[in-house]
Amino acid sequence: MSLQSLGASIGSEVVRGLRESGLAILRPLSAFARGTGDHLILLAQCMVWLFRRPFRARLFVQAMAYHGIGSLPIILLVGTFTGMVTALQSVNAFRLLKAESFSGSAVGLALAVELGPVLTALMLSGRVGAGIATELGTMRITEQIDALEAMAVSPIQYLATPRVVAGFLMTPLLTLIFFVVGMMGAYFVAVVVLGVDHGAFVENFRWHVDPVHVAQGLIKSAFFGLAVALIGCRQGYSATGGGRGVGLATTRAVVGGSVTVIAIDYFLTDILLALLPVMPQ
Amino acid sequence: MNQSAPPLSPEVATLRDERWQLRIRGLRKRFAPGAPEVLRGIDLDLERGRVNVVLGGSGQGKSVLIKHFIGLLRPDAGHVWVDGIDPATLDSAEIARFRRKFGMVFQMAALFDSLTVEENCAFPLVEHTKKSPVEIRSIVFDRLAALGLSGAEGKYPGELSGGMRKRVGLARALVLEPEILLYDEPTTGLDPLATENVDRMILETGQRFGVTSVVISHDMASVFRIADRIAMMHEGVIAAVGTAEEIRATDNDYVRRFVTTSGVAHAGIAGPAGAP
Repeated sequence: MSLQSLGASIGSEVVRGLRESGLAILRPLSAFARGTGDHLILLAQCMVWLFRRPFRARLFVQAMAYHGIGSLPIILLVGTFTGMVTALQSVNAFRLLKAESFSGSAVGLALAVELGPVLTALMLSGRVGAGIATELGTMRITEQIDALEAMAVSPIQYLATPRVVAGFLMTPLLTLIFFVVGMMGAYFVAVVVLGVDHGAFVENFRWHVDPVHVAQGLIKSAFFGLAVALIGCRQGYSATGGGRGVGLATTRAVVGGSVTVIAIDYFLTDILLALLPVMPQ
Repeated sequence: MNQSAPPLSPEVATLRDERWQLRIRGLRKRFAPGAPEVLRGIDLDLERGRVNVVLGGSGQGKSVLIKHFIGLLRPDAGHVWVDGIDPATLDSAEIARFRRKFGMVFQMAALFDSLTVEENCAFPLVEHTKKSPVEIRSIVFDRLAALGLSGAEGKYPGELSGGMRKRVGLARALVLEPEILLYDEPTTGLDPLATENVDRMILETGQRFGVTSVVISHDMASVFRIADRIAMMHEGVIAAVGTAEEIRATDNDYVRRFVTTSGVAHAGIAGPAGAP
């Protein structure tokens, strides 16, 4: 083989290698872009169908009951214990500085702006997101969604829209409940168990936790709930291949929902800090 | 035997034909760029008020074909005309009205798990009519009684046998009094006696309600029992069309092998009706 042809051969191999590795890098990016696009299209379809007849109030009430009332026990439990453990840690940390009365404001701020919205959404991703994906996935593989279409009923309007609306409306309510029971748990641990002064705990909380903080948390949680329900619907709706397909859809709904909540938390927080700044007192 | 339906000008196709209710010409479909074509130019006419069977092996595109009839899928090329209407040209409101011409019985019945038999059957009436709950109940109970399902109204689909689920699926398809009934593999997974009962149900429903039946199947014994007209699908095209006798006597090699291998020379329904 001449030196020239050897050079050409090596060159073409390098180009091919670069192209393949380049494609390998781009593949997850293109899958991510496609997945995001699919979810946004489903969201747009849900919004269009929300304002078209017939309006089935019963389905919205059922979805809200499933999302809200059904999730209440788990939110009460997790909220209480989160408040308790956060108070335990913060009182012990502030005690090193002889400033344990600040635990009320520290726990209040943490629960209002981050722990409440994020943990509520993660709980809902495991319960509601998984439930929606399993239900819709089973309906898909047993042709129940095809049957809806064959009976001239839009599956988006009938199945997805009520669930997405329920996610958007009920998650802030659950977050508020999480915050309230979390603060009750924190008060119990800090004041009753660890002996922090009642007046100092409450006054610090009232002084540092602004209603704007609570509003920021509730606004974020509405978008988290929307994302969790939307991802559950999308994954269930596109399930294929029998029981394994439903299992995969459920896994994707839980993992995708949880990761999305954490990821959009950063961006929403950034936006909300700019839009709803807390004035120094 | 008719190997392929004659060419059809759009002017003729968009008129209502007294004999042919569904007319399909040049229908092509693939699901992804570069993927093999599932339908490769289907030409077929389906007769009004008769039992039309689309026969073929697994994976030949029979269910894909049937989904084009009600606009669940849009063709890549070609047309389906139902009484002169091409569903691919309709907007979402028109397609919803158009689909009311059809009732569809799915392979596994596709009943809604969370609803009772009565609620399943009432579903199309609740969604598409302004009838009172009393009227809806009366229609549903009538249809269920006609199909031998009295007493099952309060049961959930999970409590029913395969044959009963198919009959509930048929009752649900019938409540809006459709002109065309589509059956997707109605006898799959049933024992021979239950299969014969489903066949009887298809024939009796066609006669009693005067509907056009389109049955997708690969069950030769069942097909020979019920079909007025058979279209044989192979590799995405119609390989042969004709009556049961014509299909038995065909010289098409694939069709002959399909019929011979099934081991069914003649079939008919015998004995009294019974619940499967």
